[in-house]
Amino acid sequence: MTAEILARIQFAFTVSIHYLYPPLSIGLGLVLVMMEGLWLKTGNPLYHNMARFWTRVFALTFAIGVATGIVMEFEFGTNWSTYSRFVGDIFGSALAAEGIFAFFLESGFLALLLFGWNKVGPKMHFFATCMVAFGAHFSAVWIVVANSWMQTPAGFHLETVVDGKTVVLPPGHIVTQADLTSARAVVDDFWAMVFNPSSIDRLTHVVLGAWMAGAFLVVSISAFYLLRKRHLEFAKASMKVGLAFATVATLLQMVSADITAKGVVKNQPIKLAAMEGVFETVPSTPMTLFGYVDTANETVIGPKIPGLLSFLALNSFTRPVPGLRQLPTDQFLQARHPQIPPQEFPQLRKSYWPNVAAVFQFYHIMIIVGVAMLVLVLISCFFWWRGWLFDLDCPLTRWLLLALVLSVLGPQIANQAGWFTAEMGRQPWIVYDLLRTSEGVSKVVSANQIVASLALFGIVYALLFVMFIFLLTRKIQHGPDDEEESEEMPDSWKALIRTTPRA
Amino acid sequence: MNFLDLNIIWYILVGVLFTGYAMLDGFDLGVGALHLFVKKDEHRRLFLNSIGPVWDGNEVWLVTGGGALFAAFPEAYATVFSGFYLAFMLLLCSLIFRAVAIEFRSKEEWGWWRQFWDVAFSAGSFVSALLIGVAMGNIVRGIPLDADHEFAGTFLGLLNPYALLMGVTTVLLFAMHGAIYLSMKTDGEVHQIVASWVPRLIGFFLASYFLFNLYTLIEVPWVLETVRARPYVFLVVAINVLIVLNIPREISKGRDFNAFLSSCTSMALMMATFGSRIFRTWCSRPPFRKTASTSGMPPRRKKHSASCSSSPSSASPSSSPTPPAFTGSSAARPLLPSTATDSFRARSLRMCSENHRLSR
Repeated sequence: MTAEILARIQFAFTVSIHYLYPPLSIGLGLVLVMMEGLWLKTGNPLYHNMARFWTRVFALTFAIGVATGIVMEFEFGTNWSTYSRFVGDIFGSALAAEGIFAFFLESGFLALLLFGWNKVGPKMHFFATCMVAFGAHFSAVWIVVANSWMQTPAGFHLETVVDGKTVVLPPGHIVTQADLTSARAVVDDFWAMVFNPSSIDRLTHVVLGAWMAGAFLVVSISAFYLLRKRHLEFAKASMKVGLAFATVATLLQMVSADITAKGVVKNQPIKLAAMEGVFETVPSTPMTLFGYVDTANETVIGPKIPGLLSFLALNSFTRPVPGLRQLPTDQFLQARHPQIPPQEFPQLRKSYWPNVAAVFQFYHIMIIVGVAMLVLVLISCFFWWRGWLFDLDCPLTRWLLLALVLSVLGPQIANQAGWFTAEMGRQPWIVYDLLRTSEGVSKVVSANQIVASLALFGIVYALLFVMFIFLLTRKIQHGPDDEEESEEMPDSWKALIRTTPRA
Repeated sequence: MNFLDLNIIWYILVGVLFTGYAMLDGFDLGVGALHLFVKKDEHRRLFLNSIGPVWDGNEVWLVTGGGALFAAFPEAYATVFSGFYLAFMLLLCSLIFRAVAIEFRSKEEWGWWRQFWDVAFSAGSFVSALLIGVAMGNIVRGIPLDADHEFAGTFLGLLNPYALLMGVTTVLLFAMHGAIYLSMKTDGEVHQIVASWVPRLIGFFLASYFLFNLYTLIEVPWVLETVRARPYVFLVVAINVLIVLNIPREISKGRDFNAFLSSCTSMALMMATFGSRIFRTWCSRPPFRKTASTSGMPPRRKKHSASCSSSPSSASPSSSPTPPAFTGSSAARPLLPSTATDSFRARSLRMCSENHRLSR
């Protein structure tokens, strides 16, 4: 394998493990705000107990998120040094903003959130919780902005140096091998860079995915306690908060998914064609529900619904969705390969396609899991509405609760599959239409070095993951401290507990 | 000279972030390095508990520092991080490994389990501190680059005696810092033990620090030139020694927090010295310019830096002199420039003599 492929595998491996945790921090952060808010509002000690238990789970995900996040921060430089030089002014700025604005907010108030229960008043503590949740969301903003810029670059110009002078390259300049050591992307409109064509769509999609991850973790652990008939009061209250949040997040995610896909059609038609497995441009483009890509014959085998893709992507049942055989366009290829005759374009075109079979599958996994989550929350809400959800002896309810215990995996699978779709769909580019992944790789790092470090990370991350599962299981087994709830609450807070119901 | 130059502001910001990291993660790495020197289980648990709530917050400074370096000086970030590939991967794994150890150790009572995680925690902390020092040592010493500013050395080349001495100095510094932190955070028996270590650790550290400074004068010749031109830089070393010697005084009077502050100040001073040393090589080098025939790259320049573009630089390096900038008082022309395939060190020497000539 080449160093490029290995560098991609290593990055994908480390970022996939990392991405198990930040979505949980983001989603749980918001859950903590809700629970503590409910406690302040109602004065019910149950909510205080819940906030404390979920804070312990939050602390665990945050610590592992930081430990694995350091790796990501270093890896741009170690694996992708040419890329880092090229985009330092832009990608680096967003990353620095993430650190300075988001991480300091998050980690500064985290100490207060974790250890401040007995040291500050409830309002101050609630404020700290809000700041931690806000910081977690803020970090998502900057990293998704940076990544979206790689998908749809905007608000920059290219510069190079000729004979000691900085020369601004014209818009649409095609970066050549000779440019690579000196060409740089430089921000000229910061807000256009931040609000590049895909960043709002993708940010919404990512944050909602994170909310789902957090919400379903709460739902899953609550369902586990209900099935075991342990901590019943706690589990019921947690389940209500978690399920309500999960329902809202899942419904919103469906809308966001639609908007995001429409954006991809407009901004990255090749990626969408690969996601849906569209090779031929035909009117009333059908949508394949599931199936597999026959790469040799360039067709997709599986059940299709005629016209659905045209409708979802272009709001019309008849307009054709552009297919891979016409993408990228002849003009695009002409501009980049003036020496190649147009007869050879069909063959050349394929070098600008991502791995269609893989992108198709990852995308469909995301969609199928997403729809399954939607069905699950709708059924659960129906049970809740009919008052069956907490009827713990009904076999139907027990089956549903079992499904809810497993539901924690759903958002994680969908989040991972979604990122694989987005990033593999971006290939062969590292910065879309500007810099190829093969050009961005570190030239001095050999394949052997990457294999060695990959093995090292394999071991350490396996340990880390085992540790996470082990500690999480411990925390779940230990459960909330319902017996000692009043002991644990600081004296100054007890005055706030309402003994009589609100009038 | 323009102090409002954005490059200088960024340089200081990155410096502040890494100094913050050294002060904060420094003590928890130091606690780790000292961990195996206490034998009793409850003492070791106290060691871990003292840093348990803060270590992940401390490491956020490293994440942020890395991001700021990426944004402000992508050339340095890309060259150093890809050049020190294996060293950094080892550093990252050590950092994670010790994080795992911190969380895992207390979960089971079995002797072998605790022993294993104790060793993992201590080794992870030791290797992290050592590698941070080795990286810094190599940056001061100069790293070999090729015409495209890519690293042209080897992993074993990074483990040269000079850099290793810097690594050992860093470990001792962090251990001293960690011991002071521990004496601030503990009471009773553990406090007695730890406080008794502090003077010894200070002795070890100061010895290593002197040795390192002497070695620097031999190994990095332009530093010698600077010292000759401006002998008062010895004052910085003297002040630092005084600050470090203040630590046992504060400890003996029971003012542990003041001792900790002294230790932090000394670290900040050392980071500032380090910063001004590399400022000389990284930031204020006369820019080599690309000629039509070579593929050499000019120094990376932030687009905001008006002072850079107005500086009288042309194709010849000698026409844009930079004063020996030990104090950091020079216009910043960032980073890692080179046309030749020779090492940083050789070029530093050559340009230093040029500067020297010009400054006379």
